[in-house]
Amino acid sequence: MMYDIEVKVSLKPGMLNPEATTIQRSLALLGYEVKGTKTKEIITFVLEADSEDDAREKVDDMCQKLLCNPIIHNYTINIIKMDMTCGCGCE
Amino acid sequence: MAIGIIRFPGTNCDRDVYKAIELAGGEAEYIWWNNEDLTDYDGIVIPGGFSYGDYLRAGAIASNTPVVEGVKALVKEEKPVLGICNGAQILGEIGLIPGLFITNEVPKFNCEWSKLKVANNKTPFTKNFEKGQVIDIPIAHAEGRFYTQDIDLMKDQDQIVLQFAEENPNGSMEAITGVCDESGLVLAMMPHPERATTKLLGSDNGLEFFKGMLDSI
Repeated sequence: MMYDIEVKVSLKPGMLNPEATTIQRSLALLGYEVKGTKTKEIITFVLEADSEDDAREKVDDMCQKLLCNPIIHNYTINIIKMDMTCGCGCE
Repeated sequence: MAIGIIRFPGTNCDRDVYKAIELAGGEAEYIWWNNEDLTDYDGIVIPGGFSYGDYLRAGAIASNTPVVEGVKALVKEEKPVLGICNGAQILGEIGLIPGLFITNEVPKFNCEWSKLKVANNKTPFTKNFEKGQVIDIPIAHAEGRFYTQDIDLMKDQDQIVLQFAEENPNGSMEAITGVCDESGLVLAMMPHPERATTKLLGSDNGLEFFKGMLDSI
């Protein structure tokens, strides 16, 4: 089974996010007073796995080993099963 | 007696480190990132640069390369390992030191001389300094803000090796910029000792890190 994977990586609550602070200051220069600016990273890829659970287990491992650093990051995993049919009703 | 200098795509302080080891009276060899067997080396330096373009996080991709297994094996054999700048970030990502070096409080690239206080002179790298001595070593980084969840444990185990003595240029926790593992044989430092090896360059304090490392072998 093929799955579309989306991993969203964000800094843990309370961690200083200098990039977001800079963006917020820059928005203020443009006249937009906003609060609570955050930046997140989204990584997407296609993964072949036996099931959704299998896919989640694999992606979780990837997050722990490479895609995130659990010391500073939280992450969410979004899994969408790819529709492999051609639309004509065939299997 | 040879010190291995690890090169990744994007490493750029390797030749400065090579020269520094020579100046300190040692012998150095370059090692490519895919070399897993480091048993021929008596110590390792992971130099600075921008390994793998700093993609994902500085040091994240380098910390998952085959050479890391070799580094871990040498650490088990109690051989000295020095990570400088990007090398320090890599040691953080590997988990050999208790913390990470992340984006500076003000996210700009800081390239300047810094005054460092030697907080621990029991490591091989800092044994030629007095405890509390202030030394001159330059920094050059945008991701050098030290962050840890284990600050109390680090203090208990004397793992804070270097701290900024005056201005804290990157917002590091407790101005920490040099951290060792529990044994003191693995040192991760953001400042560049290889850029301070002769008074002609402004300071020769950096040479002592390499002399101390060689003495311990």
